[in-house]
Amino acid sequence: MAIGVKVMKRPTQQTSYLRATLKGMALTFSHLLRPKVTMQYPEEKSSKDWTLSSRWRGTHRMLTDEQGRAKCVACGLCPQICPANCIKLVPGEDEEGHRYPLIYEIDEFRCIFCGYCQEVCPEEAIHVGVHYENSEYSRDRFVYDLERLTAQTHPVSTLWDPSDPKGE
Amino acid sequence: MTFPLVASAIKVFVVFNLIMVGVALLTLLERRVCAWMQDRLGPNRVGPQGLFQPAADGLKNFLKEETSPAMADKALFTLAPIVSFVPALLTFGVIPFAAPLPTKWGVVPMVVADLPVGFLYILAISSLGVYGIVLAGWASNNKYALLGGLRASAQMISYEIALGMSTVAVILLAGNVTLSQVIAQQQHGLPFVIPLTIAFVIFFISAFAETNRLPFDLPEAEGELIAGYHTEYSAMKFSMFYIAEYSNMVTASALMATLFFGGWDIPFTHWDDTGDPTVTKTLLTLAAFGLKTFAFLFTYIWVRWTLPRFRYDQLMALGWKVLLPLSLAYITVVAVAIWFIRIRLGWEYGRGMAAALGGLNLVLLIALVWWLDRGRIVSGSVQEETA
Repeated sequence: MAIGVKVMKRPTQQTSYLRATLKGMALTFSHLLRPKVTMQYPEEKSSKDWTLSSRWRGTHRMLTDEQGRAKCVACGLCPQICPANCIKLVPGEDEEGHRYPLIYEIDEFRCIFCGYCQEVCPEEAIHVGVHYENSEYSRDRFVYDLERLTAQTHPVSTLWDPSDPKGE
Repeated sequence: MTFPLVASAIKVFVVFNLIMVGVALLTLLERRVCAWMQDRLGPNRVGPQGLFQPAADGLKNFLKEETSPAMADKALFTLAPIVSFVPALLTFGVIPFAAPLPTKWGVVPMVVADLPVGFLYILAISSLGVYGIVLAGWASNNKYALLGGLRASAQMISYEIALGMSTVAVILLAGNVTLSQVIAQQQHGLPFVIPLTIAFVIFFISAFAETNRLPFDLPEAEGELIAGYHTEYSAMKFSMFYIAEYSNMVTASALMATLFFGGWDIPFTHWDDTGDPTVTKTLLTLAAFGLKTFAFLFTYIWVRWTLPRFRYDQLMALGWKVLLPLSLAYITVVAVAIWFIRIRLGWEYGRGMAAALGGLNLVLLIALVWWLDRGRIVSGSVQEETA
């Protein structure tokens, strides 16, 4: 016996490997016939057991008003609060004194999807989205400009559970 | 004179291709059954129900880069997959797979070569497979591969003895080593699994060890040895080992069907082995043989995804301390029983003799199971801690 090997005390008389084997075989065979849990992903994106949460924080979406303009008033709160410093905002002002973003870009590579931008936005303009299919052919396609952000159509995140807003 | 040659050539071609396609589908079956047992679906994208997955895998293996370790023994490294691949296919040559086929030029026996020494040939060739694995382990110049090769040689040689011994009982009962004669004997009476149940159990367990399948896949135990003997192999060379493993499974399953379950005989009927050969008979018996073989192949897969791997000392203990003495004792008992029935009672092999031996086997089997059921076989090999 090797030195210092701790040996577990196991029952020898009552254990039956033969019966355990047969039991195991029966179990695996029964699993053969059970319903499968696999989701056929590209065709099937949610099942009755599983859907993406409405609180999912994915790539952003800029909401628009009735005229199709971005709701953003370029107040500068989102680049201010962004912990990853991924939002680039250059404010502009039109003849009537309305502020609007001249440049609004989000670097989705830097983004950590915390959702603070949505939380802080007074106009409910910028949102994180319930969306995850983001693949692109080049890296620079991951800096989303204003046009692209407003063109997104996926649902936006609720950030918190409406029935339990404090997370209790 | 030319007809048997042409017929043989055609049979070789057909059997070779059937095995290759069968092996390919078997790899798919393995993956899908594994998936089903784990409540998944498995590969189902390439073609209907994933049927072209093996073709995709094969293509991938052809196109992959062949790597060769710098310090490997080049000649042996290349030779090893071949040495492992060829015997795996050769073995199938003597297994009859259907009733004889009548043609315009004469009756063709549905076996590539009905050797008079059929069974001995199988024992001889199947033991060659171990060389491929050992050479692969040695030539790779890799410690994991070497350990895998060493384990393979020890395991396969150990279980070959039990395997051979268990078939002595079959040869005693059949009085012949020609596989077509073994089948003919079973057609007279009952399949040999009834008069020789324990021999079948031993053969079944040893066949798992011989083909390096779980629970005895220690030569490639991926948790310990990465991939064992084929760690250093890539592309088609790796694929050859893979095909060899699965062809060995097919052969072992076909052997179990032939030796113990009546081969191509359709059970409980006599119309298929009496009278003139017809094409219908050939096709139906081929289906029967395929079904029997498939049942064993499925069992292989089923067991693989159920049982955990044995520890090395447990493997050796099972082989040398249980299966070998058991098979030797069994030969003695069966030889005495056959002598008694044949010489003293003067019976020929038929239903009566099969039933009598079956009764004897039932008693022995119950005793064996009662003994096995005590947890004495695979319990810890080390001393218990004294509390």
